[in-house]
Amino acid sequence: MATKEKTQTADSMLDVEQTFRDRLAYMGRFLWRDRSGVIGLLMFLIVVFAAVFAPLIAPFEPLEQNLRAAKMPPAWDAEGSWEHALGTDNLGRDLLSRLIYGARVSLTVGFFGVLIAAGLGMIFGAIAGYVGGRVDTFIMAVVNLVLSLPYLLFVVVIASILGRSLINVILIFGITDAPIFARVTRGEVLRMRESGYVESAISAGAGTGRIIFDHIMPNLIGPLLTLATFEMSRMIFYEAGLGFLGLSVPPSVPSWGNMLEAGRKYLTSYPWIALWPGLAIMWTSLGMNLLGDWLRDVLDPRLRRARR
Amino acid sequence: MSTILEVKDLFTKFYTLDGVVNAVNGVSFDLQEGETLAIVGESGSGKSVTMMSLLGLIPMPPGKIENGEALFTTAEGTRDLLQMSVDELRDIRGGQIGFVFQDPISTLNPILTIGEQISETLTRHMGMNKEEARERTVSLLGNVGIADPELRYKAYPFQFSGGMRQRVVIAIAIACTPKIIIADEPTTALDVTVQAQIVDLFKRLREDLGVAIIWITHDLGVVAGIADRVLVMYGGRPVEIAAVDELYENPQHPYTLGLLGALPRLDSRESRRLVSIRGAPPDLLLPLRHCPFAWRCDYAFDRCWEEIPPLFTVAVRHQSACFYDLEKGGPRDV
Amino acid sequence: MQRYFLFKAGQSILLLLGVLVLVFFLVRVTGDPARLMMPREASAEAVEAFREEMGYNRPLLVQFGDYFVGVLTGDFGRSLHFKSSALDLVLQRLPATVQLAATAILFAIIVGVPLGLVGGFNPGSVVDSVGRFLALLGQSIPNFWLGLLLMLFFAVRLGWLPSFGRDEWRSVILPAFVLGLPTMGQLVRLTRSAVLEVRGEDFVRTAKSKGLLPGTIYTKHVLRNVAIPLVSVIGVQFGYMLGGSIIIETVFAWPGIGQLLEQAIGWRDYPLVMAIAVFTSLAVLGINLLTDVAYAVIDPRIRYGH
Repeated sequence: MATKEKTQTADSMLDVEQTFRDRLAYMGRFLWRDRSGVIGLLMFLIVVFAAVFAPLIAPFEPLEQNLRAAKMPPAWDAEGSWEHALGTDNLGRDLLSRLIYGARVSLTVGFFGVLIAAGLGMIFGAIAGYVGGRVDTFIMAVVNLVLSLPYLLFVVVIASILGRSLINVILIFGITDAPIFARVTRGEVLRMRESGYVESAISAGAGTGRIIFDHIMPNLIGPLLTLATFEMSRMIFYEAGLGFLGLSVPPSVPSWGNMLEAGRKYLTSYPWIALWPGLAIMWTSLGMNLLGDWLRDVLDPRLRRARR
Repeated sequence: MSTILEVKDLFTKFYTLDGVVNAVNGVSFDLQEGETLAIVGESGSGKSVTMMSLLGLIPMPPGKIENGEALFTTAEGTRDLLQMSVDELRDIRGGQIGFVFQDPISTLNPILTIGEQISETLTRHMGMNKEEARERTVSLLGNVGIADPELRYKAYPFQFSGGMRQRVVIAIAIACTPKIIIADEPTTALDVTVQAQIVDLFKRLREDLGVAIIWITHDLGVVAGIADRVLVMYGGRPVEIAAVDELYENPQHPYTLGLLGALPRLDSRESRRLVSIRGAPPDLLLPLRHCPFAWRCDYAFDRCWEEIPPLFTVAVRHQSACFYDLEKGGPRDV
Repeated sequence: MQRYFLFKAGQSILLLLGVLVLVFFLVRVTGDPARLMMPREASAEAVEAFREEMGYNRPLLVQFGDYFVGVLTGDFGRSLHFKSSALDLVLQRLPATVQLAATAILFAIIVGVPLGLVGGFNPGSVVDSVGRFLALLGQSIPNFWLGLLLMLFFAVRLGWLPSFGRDEWRSVILPAFVLGLPTMGQLVRLTRSAVLEVRGEDFVRTAKSKGLLPGTIYTKHVLRNVAIPLVSVIGVQFGYMLGGSIIIETVFAWPGIGQLLEQAIGWRDYPLVMAIAVFTSLAVLGINLLTDVAYAVIDPRIRYGH
């Protein structure tokens, strides 16, 4: 004979519902979380916009000198004027225009530098990871050598030997930064090899080329995109550093680094030349760091904790 | 035999960004001194959360114990675990109640010696000094079947194989001669041959120490070898409780039937297909309004969808939470 | 452990060899080292005479052999500008750079690690948000530019701190702060994420299930594991500061190796430049070796070849 056992629990215990407010709050949290990534992207896009549309939005030519208007302070100062909203430099060149055109140099250096570094790095890293053996040992020896050296020192020395030019700067950054891309690529390729994922593709009859392009490459995009964002930010910073030392692009070219070089000379008497490019670099770095952080969270494979 | 643990109406919920997860929905059971109780269920059935809740080991910001009592009886008397402060619980954890977890490589701290990891419970709970703890640790290591315990004291977890590591974890659990060992899937991550060895180790320790064991698993095969009684859980609720032989011979809940049907057996004469239970585990985000198993049950009828079945006594010390009477072949008369 | 150390030391020696080859060829990459080092207006005969004098006409292998032996015996070349041993010049400047880098890394550790710890143990708290914000700023602000601004403000306008040189104890404050800022940001983030990750590990759950006191769990189980990545990064960053101080030293006219390098480049004194490059690389390799050893001390898996 069956007897019914009484459960002493109130039915309300089993009755927790989600209110509409809860759902709204959840969505709000989600957007808030991504907010920093969106802000970073916007900040970056503003710089891109400035670089692309420089001729249209810059009030003056960046190389246009006007010695009578030299060393003018920004518009809000008593001696400034809205014609040169951010002031002029020692040769009378409009700072705002040079700042806008400077974005072109920085982004070009960053973009092409990363392109070369990622390209070289991916190739060597993939070969090292996939082929293994002596080839791997040799490639990683070179990678470790470059990565264990004092980076800034060597970049400065090489730049001084090669001379001031845009191509040189791009090449220097592209080649010296390739090892880090190589190392990350190799790590990913090794992981994929061990996961049996590639093995099953091989046993299904896929040829090497097919494996590389259809299987390996797509998985590399995530981590490499994140890395590329951070490295591009670093390159923009180092271009400024090189420029500050007078080792970047030729002096007349409007670059943020060159502006800092000039600004240093006149720092005490006229700090405006140095101020604006630094702010521009900070803005760009901030934006790209936020973007990179967001990318890293989003593209992080579900191996780790969920994005909650 | 006396009751050393009595759990009544435990409810545990997790308040997450996705909603409220009803992990434990009214679990009650008792544990006798020296008895081995197996808690069986799928992933998400609430079996681990139940035991962790009792000792405050669930993360409390999202988690909350909404209701229940957990009466733990020792020589000093009976206390409700759920009413204890964190400090008091800390004294019990590792001391009177020991734990064995599933994956020995991640359970042990990789950068401390195993000797250190065992000794620290001894210094903490038994007030031993370093020398005494060391001696006892070495004897414990020998006790759980680790050769050269003097040498192995200074070894690191990565230097052991999976089975040996689990022995170390067991040594940690029994170090302070607990009254209860809670073993959460202790053999799941091990090779089958090693599994058998570990089960044998537990049996021997159980005999030597008279310790009660709560053995959490999803594997009914292992249960048959070691349990005295079995509690089957589904959807955060207990669905059947019985002595082990009774459960295997006379299962009364459709879920238990399904679990047993899915077991491959060496002694079946013809080849037969393994029967799997259709459907998928319940979504714990939804509030519980009816029998959680109704979706997947071959015997569900209208009442199953309207009420939550409580535990009915169907035989001596055998309860089943089901409105359908399998023996009768129709709804229960209640 | 000895085996591990010997292995790493061997690696370092090979790396050093690689550095020597690299530096040797860098100076010759344009094809004519003599042209590189002579002023632009120099006549062809003057350049040729210089080439003879420096031995650049000899076969490359001979030149390299000479150079290699020289480095091993402590001869890093002669500075063209000072006409004296390049190594002596570098060693003279070394203490200043070490002081700067050491102060900078100490600052980064003392501010960064505690902020990261608090952030990791109390994610979402006010301190955590402040810490992460400061970390982001520290890593986004071009530090040498900040140095210029701070110098302008604190030294020139307010006069609280000296604006250049190494004359008093207060001189090191601004340059060390600015040099250490990006690393501070990095340490905050690294510590925070390490703490969060370790806290979620199974062995921390085990430690709790043993009933260990919170203090024990934090120090013995959590922090020791957090230290693993920290040691590695701190070591690398310290080496980086030693080798990459050129810009900061230039900004603050700090009389260290970095400033010497900048001057040497201006003088086209490439023997000196090479000597600085080799010496600094040596120092950085040494620091990396020490870091590897420290790492192995903390993490037994490393020293047993895992």
